[in-house]
Amino acid sequence: MIEVENLTKRYGPTLAVSDVSFQVQKGEILGFLGPNGAGKTTTMRIITGFLSPTAGRVRVAGIDVAESPIEAKKRLGYLPENPPVYTDMTVNEYLAFVGRIKGVPRGELKKRVTEVSEKCAVADVQHRQIGKLSKGYRQRVGLAQALIHNPEVLILDEPTAGLDPKQIIETRELIKGLAGQHTVILSTHILPEVSKTCQRVVVISKGTVVAMGAPDELTARLQGYGSVLVTVEGPAPDIIGKLQVLPGVNLVEQVESSGTRVTLEVHTEKNQEVRADLARTIVESGWGLIELKSSGMSLEDIFLKLTTKDLGEEVAAHEALPAGGIEAESVN
Amino acid sequence: MRNILAVAGKELRAYFHSPIAYLVMAVYAVLCGFFFYSFTATYVVQTFRMQAMGGMGMPNMTINDYVIRPLFEGVLSIVLLLVIPLITMRLYAEEKRSGTIELLLTSPVTDFQIIVGKFLGALMLFGTMIVITFAFISTLFIYGNPSAKPLIAQAVGLFLFGASLLALGMWISTFTKNQIIAAVVSFAAFLLIYVLNWVTAYSSGTISHVLSYLSLTTHFDGFAKGVVDLKDLVYYVSVIVLGIFLTARSVEALKGRV
Ligand SMILES: Nc1ncnc2c1ncn2[C@@H]1O[C@H](COP(=O)(O)OP(=O)(O)O)[C@@H](O)[C@H]1O
Ligand SMILES: [Mg+2]
Repeated sequence: MIEVENLTKRYGPTLAVSDVSFQVQKGEILGFLGPNGAGKTTTMRIITGFLSPTAGRVRVAGIDVAESPIEAKKRLGYLPENPPVYTDMTVNEYLAFVGRIKGVPRGELKKRVTEVSEKCAVADVQHRQIGKLSKGYRQRVGLAQALIHNPEVLILDEPTAGLDPKQIIETRELIKGLAGQHTVILSTHILPEVSKTCQRVVVISKGTVVAMGAPDELTARLQGYGSVLVTVEGPAPDIIGKLQVLPGVNLVEQVESSGTRVTLEVHTEKNQEVRADLARTIVESGWGLIELKSSGMSLEDIFLKLTTKDLGEEVAAHEALPAGGIEAESVN
Repeated sequence: MRNILAVAGKELRAYFHSPIAYLVMAVYAVLCGFFFYSFTATYVVQTFRMQAMGGMGMPNMTINDYVIRPLFEGVLSIVLLLVIPLITMRLYAEEKRSGTIELLLTSPVTDFQIIVGKFLGALMLFGTMIVITFAFISTLFIYGNPSAKPLIAQAVGLFLFGASLLALGMWISTFTKNQIIAAVVSFAAFLLIYVLNWVTAYSSGTISHVLSYLSLTTHFDGFAKGVVDLKDLVYYVSVIVLGIFLTARSVEALKGRV
């Protein structure tokens, strides 16, 4: 439904997005995960036709966004990072205006406004001025706006940012309810967010895609393994044989060898510190230990930069506690 | 067309839901009213004096020449230099500041429809000023009998002059998120274009001619006298088209860089 091909965007000397490619299937919710400044907003702005890319192309429902922008935009609903609302309008006036410029037929406009107001739970404030609404309401008005013309594709840029925990949970439920009827891309810098809402994740960092897959797959990769790089002076088969049997080591692979020197990658089990054992074994066997370091998988580094704390989760845990219950939250 | 009208309606609504429309109309009415009053008073005093002197020279001294024409010639153009920036400053600057520019530019409407819609919205607010002007002038028909013929040319001239400034002001508004900056820069730019023909006073030759031709005022003189000259008409229409074209270019650049 959405095809992003080799997208690159430069702002003068800054490379904001570099050769990004991914696809989203019809009815799927794709999480676009990355720390701040990764290039999420830039990519989404290109998909929606707000920015033109330096290179690459985007197709929405088979339509090239650069070639037929109007046709593509008819099929797109977009909620930017800050809801694009006119603060002096009432909710109804605003949704009616957006409906008109999104091409909702005159006769259906009123019905559509009512429908999306109800769907996004803003019907109770329909006659209030948007400028006087809370952040949570404004965000939902923004979502209602994106839905007004019933687009096939929804692009939501950090839809839960700045909301309080209760609002976050409500917004997530709302978005999950949209899957199936709409194809959704939502961006976030909060790790638990994707596992809660998305079927598939694209991880982006410094403008490039570093991982793709189902949320639990990625979490497993993050938490399941570590790896250490060792460079040793000695016979490769013997070394591998000896290191492989150490406790906590899963697998030893030869990465490189030059002369008598070999570089090995030692995959370890979750949270196991094996470096001291490795060093001792190598030295005691009489081989020369040249270098020993944590391989520092790029994915791990990126995940470290992500916000792993989930506000919504904390509150849910709080609420689950009986009144006056002890302050013990380290259940999981 | 539906898109253009939706945008125009939104702009007009925004003007009248904020103090801007009322401020602009009040400023205009006060300034226009003041000058109208002083020209009329001078005229009345002078005609009495003439009559006292035996009616000599009376046939030449018409209300059109002594009240209406100076009102258009000297005053209205200057008042517009001040007032138009207040109308155009928000057109794009405010959309950029609030982020609603993302809504407009990701909607299935062309840039041209948005630009023309905004221009029309601003033009309608400006239309109220033409109405105010002619409300003042119409009082002259109660107490005197001015010729109505030049009024058409004067109305057309005022409309075109204002529309040209609106188009240029809209363009300037695309460069900033700050309405104040948009207003100040527009005012300075208008003033500069306005005084271009002053150069003719102390220099001559081709440059002076070109500058004088480019000046917005030079082309207003004919209309103020009650004459519609094709050359002036073409000039103002070109400026309006240029303003819209430059705005389109600037919005295009916004998409590449924002
Ligand atoms: N208008 C701009 N001009 C220059 N650099 C920009 C602009 N917008 C974004 N950038 C840069 O591009 C990179 C990606 O930004 P962005 O797409 O906003 O990231 P994210 O949404 O993931 O936080 C950042 O380094 C940012 O500083
Ligand atoms: Mg962002």
